[in-house]
Amino acid sequence: MSDRPSRGDAHHDREPTSGADRTTGRPGPPGRQAAAWLRDHPPPGPFRPEFWRSPLRGPWLTSVFGLVLLAGIPILAITGLLSYAAYDPRVPDNDTTPERGLLGFYLFDWPTYPASLYRVTQGVHVVLGLTLTAVLLAKLWSVIPRLFIWPPARSVAQAVERASLLLLVGGAVFEFVTGILNIQLFYVFPFSFYPAHLYGAWIFLAAFAVHVALKLPKMVRSLRSRSIRRELRTGLDATRPEPPDPDGLAPLSPAEPTMSRRGALAFVGGASLITFGLSVGQTIDGPLRRTALLAPHGRDYGTGPNDFQVNKAASAMGVHLADTGPGWRLELAGARPALLSRADLLAMPLHTYVLPIACVEGWSTEQSWTGVRLADLARLAGITPGTAYALVESLQRGGAFGQASLGAGQVADPRSLLALRVNGADLSLDHGFPARIIVPNAPGVHNTKWVRRISFRPTAR
Amino acid sequence: MSDDMPSRIRRAYRWTAARYGADPLHLLALLACFALAGYAATRVVAAGIWAGFAVWFVGAAVVHDLLLYPLYAVADVAAQRRPWRRRRRPSGDPGRPPPINYLRVPAALSGLLFLIWFPLILGLADDTYHRSTGLDTSPYLGRWLLVTGVLFAGSALAYAIRLRRHRVVAGPRLHVRAPRSPRSSPSG
Repeated sequence: MSDRPSRGDAHHDREPTSGADRTTGRPGPPGRQAAAWLRDHPPPGPFRPEFWRSPLRGPWLTSVFGLVLLAGIPILAITGLLSYAAYDPRVPDNDTTPERGLLGFYLFDWPTYPASLYRVTQGVHVVLGLTLTAVLLAKLWSVIPRLFIWPPARSVAQAVERASLLLLVGGAVFEFVTGILNIQLFYVFPFSFYPAHLYGAWIFLAAFAVHVALKLPKMVRSLRSRSIRRELRTGLDATRPEPPDPDGLAPLSPAEPTMSRRGALAFVGGASLITFGLSVGQTIDGPLRRTALLAPHGRDYGTGPNDFQVNKAASAMGVHLADTGPGWRLELAGARPALLSRADLLAMPLHTYVLPIACVEGWSTEQSWTGVRLADLARLAGITPGTAYALVESLQRGGAFGQASLGAGQVADPRSLLALRVNGADLSLDHGFPARIIVPNAPGVHNTKWVRRISFRPTAR
Repeated sequence: MSDDMPSRIRRAYRWTAARYGADPLHLLALLACFALAGYAATRVVAAGIWAGFAVWFVGAAVVHDLLLYPLYAVADVAAQRRPWRRRRRPSGDPGRPPPINYLRVPAALSGLLFLIWFPLILGLADDTYHRSTGLDTSPYLGRWLLVTGVLFAGSALAYAIRLRRHRVVAGPRLHVRAPRSPRSSPSG
C-alpha cells in the first residue's frame, strides 16, 4: 500500500499566483514576490501532490482508521491512568513519579475489589495497544502526504495546528514504542519507563483531544461520504479513488488500484488480529496460554504447582537458599515488634484464596494461594487493621521493587495474604519462598517476594 | 452602548479570525492543548529526564515518517517492479490475477510482527529477560519464522486456488487479453 514517485517532470499547477499581487494584478514588493514564488514552486518529490499516487488514500479511509483509534485510544488512556493509580503512588515509598504535580489529581486508594480488575484493565491496556499498532501505522500511512504540504503553512492557524501534530504523532509513536519495548524488558531508553510513559501520555492526550475536537466534524462528514456496506461489496475492478479533497489526501494523479478498499480494511484488520491472537494468550491460564507465540510471558513452565509465570528469578535477585533456610525470620515492625519463623507462621490460622497475579506488562495468571492474613500479622504487631499501611521489604539484592508499600485498605482485606504455599505446595524459591505477599487486585510488583520485614505504620490521613 | 458591545465583540472576533486564519475557538483549543502539554513537559524536566525524553519523542515521529514509512513504501514499489516480471510476461498469461497482494500481505504481517517483537526475536534483551523469567529468548526467532512461513504458505495456497479458479473460468479465453490492462502502477 504505498506510492511511487511520479515522473519528475509532472508539473504542478495549483493556484498559480506567479508573484503577482492577487488583488491588483500588479507585481508586489520583491519580498512578497519571492514568497509567492516559493509558495507556487514546491521542492520536487513528496512536496508535490502528484507524488502521492495511492488510489485508496482519501478522507473516507483516513476517517475509518481515525474512528477505530477514536474508540481505542480513550480505552488505552483510561486503563493506563488506572494502572498509574493501581501503583498507589500516594502511599509512602511507592512513588515512582514524585514530581507529577497536578497530573495526579485523580488518584484514589486502589481497591481490592474486584480482585481481577487490574488483571482486566492492564491486560486490555497492553493487548489493545499491541492490536492497535497496525491501525496507528495505517492511519499514519493514510495522512503522510499532509506532512509534505507546500507551503508548510498558509496561515498562523495552520502553523499552530501543525505544531500540535508533532505532539500528536510524536506522542503516539513514543507511547507505543516505550510501551512495546518495556513489555519486552528491552530498556534501551535513556529514562525510567514510569515517568516517561506517564508524562508522554499526557502530552499525547492533550494533542489527541484537540485533534479530535478539530477533526470530528470532518470525520463524520467523510464517513458519510461513502457507504461502508457498499465498500465491503466493492471488489478491485470497481475500486475508484475518492474525489479530490481540500486536504489533499485523495491523490491528484491516482495510480491504478492494486487493492480494493475492503481489501485494505481486511489487511489492516488482519494485521491487528494476528498481533492480538499471538499475544492475548499471556493473559489466560491453561492450554490457551501457549497461543501467545509472540509475547514475553506466553511461556509454558510445566504442570507442577509452582509451574507458572515467574517475573523475578531468585538467582538474578541474589536470593539464595542460605537466606531462606531454617534461619529465616519474618520481622514485624509495629507497636509490638515480633520475629516469626516459617513454622510460627504455619501455626497461625491459614487461609486459601484463588487470586491473580497481574503484571503491568500485561500478562497475568491466577493461582490458589495459602497463607497468613496480613490483618492477623498487623494485629500480632499491635496494630488495628485499617489504620496502618505496610512497608514490605524483600530479601532481594538489587533490582526494582525490592520493597513496596500496601495501603491500609489492602492490609485490612481478609484475602490479602502473606502466602506460604501455592496450589497446595510450598512456594518455590522463584515464587518467593519462604513467604510472599499476595493482595487482591494489586499490580504484580506490589506482591513482594522473599519477604523479610513488614513494617506497619500509621496512615497520615 | 449596550447594543454596541456585541457588534464590537463580533468585529474583534472577525478581525482575529482574519488575522489568524481560523475561528478563534480553534486558537483557544490549541492553546489549551499546548498549556496541558507544556505542563506535562515541565514534569518531564522536573523528573530530570528531559533530554532523553525530547530526543525519543521527536525521534519517534522522525523515525516513523522519514525512515520506516519510506522503507516500506520503497519495498512495496520494488516488489511491484519485480525484475522477473518482464522476463515472464511474453510467455505468461497476461490476464492472470496479479500476485502482488499475495506477496504484500504476508510480508507486511510478518514485518509488523517483527517491528513489534524484534527485541524478543533477536534476543536483544536476553539478559533482562533471563533475570526476570528464568528462561531465555531463544524460542522467539523460531516462532517468528514459523508464523512467517505459515503466512507465506497460506498466501501461496490462496494464490494457487485463485489461479486455478481463474483458469477454470477463463479457460477457453486463456490467450485473450483481459479486459483490464495489467496493473503496472503500484499503489495501495
